[in-house]
Amino acid sequence: MKIELRDIRKHFGPVKANDGISLVLESGKIYGLLGENGAGKSTLMKILSGYQPPDSGEILVDDLSQDFASPAQALRTGIGMLYQDPLDIPAFNVKENYLLGRDRKVVLDYDKASQELENLAERFDFDLDLHVQIENLSLGERQQLELARLLVGGAQVLILDEPTTGISAEQKDKLFNFIRKLAGEGGKTIILVSHKLDEVQELCSEALILRKGKLVGKVELPCNNELLVENMFDQVPTRGERPIHKPGDAVLELREVRVPTYRLTVSGINLSVREGEVFGLAGLEGSGQQLVLKACAGLLKTDHGHIFLAGKEITGWSYQRLRQAGIGYVAAGRLEEGLVSGLSITEHLVLSQPTNKFFINWSGSRTLADIRIDQYQIVGRNSTMAENLSGGNQQRLLIALLWESLKLVLLEHPTRGLDVRSADWIWEQLYHRRDTGTAILFMSTDLDEIIERSDRIAVFSGGRMSRIMEARQTTVEEIGHLIGGRA
Amino acid sequence: MVSRWVRWIWPVVPVLAALVLTSLMLVLFGAQPLEAFQAMLNGAFGDQSKTLSVLAFWVPLLLCATGLLVTFTSGLWNIGIEGQIILGAVAASWVALRLNAPAPLLIALEIVASMVAGALWAALSAVLKTRGKVHEIFSGLALNNIAIILTNYLISGPWQPPEGGSFRGTQPFQEAALLPLFGESRFSPLSLVLAVVAFGAVVVTLRGTLWGLKLKALGKNLRSAFLLGVSSERELILAMMLCGALAGLGGAVRVLSWFDSLRQSISGGIGFLALLVVMLANYRAFLVPPITLFFSIVLNGSISLQIRTQLHSSLGGILTELMVLFVILFGDAAKLGILPKKKDDE
Repeated sequence: MKIELRDIRKHFGPVKANDGISLVLESGKIYGLLGENGAGKSTLMKILSGYQPPDSGEILVDDLSQDFASPAQALRTGIGMLYQDPLDIPAFNVKENYLLGRDRKVVLDYDKASQELENLAERFDFDLDLHVQIENLSLGERQQLELARLLVGGAQVLILDEPTTGISAEQKDKLFNFIRKLAGEGGKTIILVSHKLDEVQELCSEALILRKGKLVGKVELPCNNELLVENMFDQVPTRGERPIHKPGDAVLELREVRVPTYRLTVSGINLSVREGEVFGLAGLEGSGQQLVLKACAGLLKTDHGHIFLAGKEITGWSYQRLRQAGIGYVAAGRLEEGLVSGLSITEHLVLSQPTNKFFINWSGSRTLADIRIDQYQIVGRNSTMAENLSGGNQQRLLIALLWESLKLVLLEHPTRGLDVRSADWIWEQLYHRRDTGTAILFMSTDLDEIIERSDRIAVFSGGRMSRIMEARQTTVEEIGHLIGGRA
Repeated sequence: MVSRWVRWIWPVVPVLAALVLTSLMLVLFGAQPLEAFQAMLNGAFGDQSKTLSVLAFWVPLLLCATGLLVTFTSGLWNIGIEGQIILGAVAASWVALRLNAPAPLLIALEIVASMVAGALWAALSAVLKTRGKVHEIFSGLALNNIAIILTNYLISGPWQPPEGGSFRGTQPFQEAALLPLFGESRFSPLSLVLAVVAFGAVVVTLRGTLWGLKLKALGKNLRSAFLLGVSSERELILAMMLCGALAGLGGAVRVLSWFDSLRQSISGGIGFLALLVVMLANYRAFLVPPITLFFSIVLNGSISLQIRTQLHSSLGGILTELMVLFVILFGDAAKLGILPKKKDDE
């Protein structure tokens, strides 16, 4: 199936997300779509997959002009997309969600669906529990399910938006082999949207590079990584030096903490995070590290053990009370847990600030929003709605909304889906905070990030926490073993 | 530009469509549409007492719709508003029947009692939602029925008139308990002042206060709002109680000026009507007063329809409900693809 895009344009207010993009995609090839955050990758792929229409421009499939009204229509034409934020229905279980997009009969064939899903899970080595509700799955698991659903949906063109986030190296290898097979023998067109240059080099035969809404380069792969980076950023970004910082007294302390949930219970958690320390929690999605973070934020109940903040017991405190006590929390799902669609940047800022005035000083708040937008380099205006910001800018906004002085910042996937420069920038902000004594506890599935950014590391596997390691004295291999449950 | 012109004129389209369809129905029944609409207008503005009647009907409706602006903003479906009106009416009736005081004091007590009763009745729904995970639509429906049963019990039991229970209502309240009326009408200027103040206060609260912004955030994304620091349980209960207080006040206005006693169907469906109004206004506050006024005109105008044209007075109801239906069907030109979608920040 041949795809041609002609002069695609899409504006969000003053932001030109796509500014006249034209390209041709041949069948049987694997393309890598690169670009920094806000370059327009997600927008372009959402247009191609029927999620949103372009303001102008044309999509031709096998030389026929197409006008997709919905992702379902695009999928019937043969274009399927795996989104970074999976499009599934939280209250459904795995089987129902799978059937929703596929079965058009009045009586649903659950047995057949189970069969198909089990086959798929086996083929990809996914760990799918068919009776679990979607809302109890981790982001990574939801992506796996969504990917499986598309592959049997008859997609001839498969768009994968950061597909390797949250799956293990082993699973990634399997997935990549399968993708190669799809392109080679199946003759399918694959578009891989990724920030991980090594992945793109490994899998793709051609890189398409976007910058500020325009297509700025087509590069045959493999090539020199430097060449790609230059095309993406115009200049090679310098990596922020990791400041040396001497940690002080314990800010957060967990003693024999147990967090029970329906699916998984973590227990026997003992750890402490000191002033100015960055503590990383590694592990596959759903291994229990998120439960510990949420328990520290007051969002999950513990039923055993004690939690202390700066020496004071805070076990069982509510989220709002912990917030007042100086804990900041940034969740993984940006538009689900953190930002409100339909509210502007200014409104977010007014809501999140600790001031408690009765009337809102709108003009003052707009000025403050402008200052923050400038300070945190958010591409948008104070009246821009959260949902119209790109993923990277949403993350910047979330960081900008954290209170000025905090004792502890908890972060889930602080740089997921961000390009090198944005990720580096986010960490620079976090380092500023730690310089003032803030302790940082974060989780990530990106091992490089864990090792590079943390002072100390703990690895979670199946609800158990490993021993605590010094980041400088460990390696990706060691952590990889621990993630796999081998000590 | 054509699209700007269409945007201005579009809101009239559903109204016209409803008028046309109602006319067609009238023709089918062998009636003269023009005559019927004329009679309707006449019924609303024919003489001063009729116009005042429209105003008297309008005030409690405006109060209820104002309250619903708060709950809709917070993402709450306050179907229980009917029950809140009734409880307000019951509380005001209790003061009117049981207490003796000079008129100003008695009226002040009635107003406070009705607002407290409405707010508490609404709080029940809210607490059932936040603590019991019962959706406010279901608890609201149940509480509406309980409120109706309570009125029936009071009318036929402890509060029945001395000459015997008639199931129609209590005995008329003492003179001092009734709101001062304008001339010979059922319209109380005081109630209009209260409604206008309430509407203004709600608009300012929703646009200009931190609490209003919190409600807006909760209505759009409860989870994110909570994480941004909004105490979701407290604000939702307060939003519900504010709406309940205004609905209760509406109930008081009904018993103390529209009627002069507690009656069986005290709300007359104005709660449900107010729900339609706010949906019709698409949560835009400035549209609420004109739409409620328009509904009052049509519904009051059609009361005298039967006398003049042999048509049933439910014609006004049919006309208004059709308008609501048409607005929901094709009131949004952008959704139909006739107009380009509005950009959020332009």
